[in-house]
Amino acid sequence: MFYQMLTAKIFYMTEKILTSEDITEIEKVFQHFPLKSAACIEGLKIIQKNHRWVSDDAVKELAEILEMSPAAIDSVATYYSLIFRRPVGRHVIFVCDSVSCWIMGYDGILNHLKKKLQISYGETTSEDRFTLLSVCCLGTCDRAPAIMINDDLHRDLTTDKLDAILETYK
Amino acid sequence: MYSISDNPEKPLTQHIKHDGARLTLKEYESTGGYQALKKALQMNPAEITRIVLDSGLKGRGGAGFSTGKKWSTIDISENAAPIKYLVANADEMEPGSFKDRFLLEGNPHQLIEGIIIGAYAIQASFSYVFLRWAYHLAGKVLTQSIQEAYEAGYLGKNIAGSGFNLDMSLHISVGRYMCGEETALLNALEGKRANPRAKPPYPSNSGLFGKPTIVNNVETLSNVPHIINNGADWFLKLSKTGEGGTKLYGASGKVRKPGLWELPLGISLRELFEDHAGGMADGYQFRGVLPGGGSTDFLLEEHLDVPMDYASVAKAGSRLGTGTIIVLDDKTCPVGMVHNLERFFAQESCGWCTPCREGLPWTTKILNALETGTGKTEDLNVLEFHTHYMAPGNTFCALAPGAMEPLQSALKYFKTDFEMHINEHKCPWK
Repeated sequence: MFYQMLTAKIFYMTEKILTSEDITEIEKVFQHFPLKSAACIEGLKIIQKNHRWVSDDAVKELAEILEMSPAAIDSVATYYSLIFRRPVGRHVIFVCDSVSCWIMGYDGILNHLKKKLQISYGETTSEDRFTLLSVCCLGTCDRAPAIMINDDLHRDLTTDKLDAILETYK
Repeated sequence: MYSISDNPEKPLTQHIKHDGARLTLKEYESTGGYQALKKALQMNPAEITRIVLDSGLKGRGGAGFSTGKKWSTIDISENAAPIKYLVANADEMEPGSFKDRFLLEGNPHQLIEGIIIGAYAIQASFSYVFLRWAYHLAGKVLTQSIQEAYEAGYLGKNIAGSGFNLDMSLHISVGRYMCGEETALLNALEGKRANPRAKPPYPSNSGLFGKPTIVNNVETLSNVPHIINNGADWFLKLSKTGEGGTKLYGASGKVRKPGLWELPLGISLRELFEDHAGGMADGYQFRGVLPGGGSTDFLLEEHLDVPMDYASVAKAGSRLGTGTIIVLDDKTCPVGMVHNLERFFAQESCGWCTPCREGLPWTTKILNALETGTGKTEDLNVLEFHTHYMAPGNTFCALAPGAMEPLQSALKYFKTDFEMHINEHKCPWK
C-alpha cells in the first residue's frame, strides 16, 4: 500500500514532456493505420513539430502511447536523419552537400556560414538561434548551390546574398 | 520556348504555369483534366493495364521497368486480396535529380488522376503519396489538391458514380535516400526503419502491411491520364526511338543554361547538352557526364550522339536513370566528384547488408586519401575490387551497385587523374 502510494506520488511528480494536445494529435494519427506502431514516424514528427526535438523522455512517453518499447522507437528515431534526438536552435540551416552543389562550390557557402556563425555541423549558436546541418541533394540542382533554412529554400546562392538571408531569421 | 524538337507535344508540362504555381482543380479540368479518369472508369481494369503495357511506358524513377507489366502482376480476379495499395513514389533524392519536384508543384492533379486510374487498374482501395521532407511546397499543394479531389468526388466512395472507391493519403518522410527503394519505402510507410526487404515475395504479392502493392514514380503516374486519353500508339509516337513518351530531362553543373525540359524520349545526349543546356559555361571544357543522376556510369564526348533512352544508354555502358545529367568540367576534379558521391552513398547506406555497410565507407576513405595526397598505387586495386564486390547480386538492394557505377566508370575513363593524385601526393585541382 505504502509502496503504491509512493510510486503514484513519484509518477505524478515527474513532469511529462508530451502535452495532452500532443497526445490527442498522435492518437488521431494511429487511427489511420492498421497497427498502432505504424504511427511511430508520425508520432516522432508531431513531437518534433511541437517541441523542436525529441528527448529521451519523449521517446519513452511515445512508446507508452504506441505500446512499443522505447528501444524500438529509438531505432526508428535514430534511423531518420531529420528526426532530431539532440536540441536544435530556433532555425535549422540545411546545407546541400551533394554532387551538383559540390561542383558549383557549396564549400564556399559552408565556410562562410561556419565563420559567420562560429559553429560547425551539428552545433547551435548561442541563444539558440541557428543550428547548422548538412542535407542530401535538395532536388534543385539547376539552381545550385542551395540551402534550406527551416522550410524555406534558398538557391543560386552566393556568399554576398547569405548575410542578408540570415538576417531575416531572428 | 524549345522549338528544336521535331515533335512539339509536351503532355506532362504543357499546362504548367510560367511561375510554377499549381494548377487548381478548376484550372486542371479546363485543360481536359479528369476526362481520362471518367473514360477509364467506363473500361475494364485489365483493359487499362493492356493500354499502358502497349504504350511502352517504363518506370521513370530510374529502373525503367515496364509499368504495364508491373500492374499485370497484381491479381484482380474475384479471389484476389480485398485490400490492395498503390503508392506514388515522390521521394526524389537521387543526387542531381529535380524533375519530379516540377510536376508535383506545378500540376499535382495530373499525378492524382494518374494514381486514381492506376488504382482502378489494379483495383486498389487505398493510395499513398510518399513525399520527401524537403519538398515543402509540394506537400502544401498536394494537401490542397487531394482535398479538392475529395470534394469533387474524384476520391472517396463511388467515384464519379462508378461504384469504385479509393482513399488517398499524403505521407511526408523524414529523410534517408534509402526510402526511394520500393520495399524500403513500404517499411517507412509502416513506421519502421527503411531497410529493404528480401524479394521474393514481391510487393505485388506481399507489400504494404502484407497486402498486394504497386509503387510507381511520380513522372510515370503523371503520364497515365494522357495515355488513356490519347491511346498507346500516340504515346509510342511521342518518343524518337520507339520506347514511348516524352521524358523530363535536366542538366546541372557548369553548363551555360542549367534547367529542365520535357523532350521526346530518345533525343541525343548532344541535343540535350548543346541545344538545351547551351553547352559548357564560358571558360569550361566538357570532360564527362553522369547521364541519369549520381548512381549512373560516366559517359564521355564520344558518347554524345547516344540517344537518351533506356536501351541506348545501357548499350553505351550506363543507365538513363532519372534523365537529369550532371556535367563534369575540366576545372573540377573527377576523383573529388566521385569522392563526393561515394561519401553520399556511404552516409545513406542503411547498414543492413555487409558489403554495402563496410564497402562504401572503405571506398570513401580511399578516395579521401587520394584527395588529401596520401593515396598509394595499390589503392586503385582496392577500389577496383570493391566495384566487383558490390556488383549487382552481391548486395541486398541496388544502393551499393548504383554507388559503384560512377566509381567503376571513373576508374576506366579517368585513370590518369587517379594516378596524378598518387604521383603528385596531392589533388592537382587544389
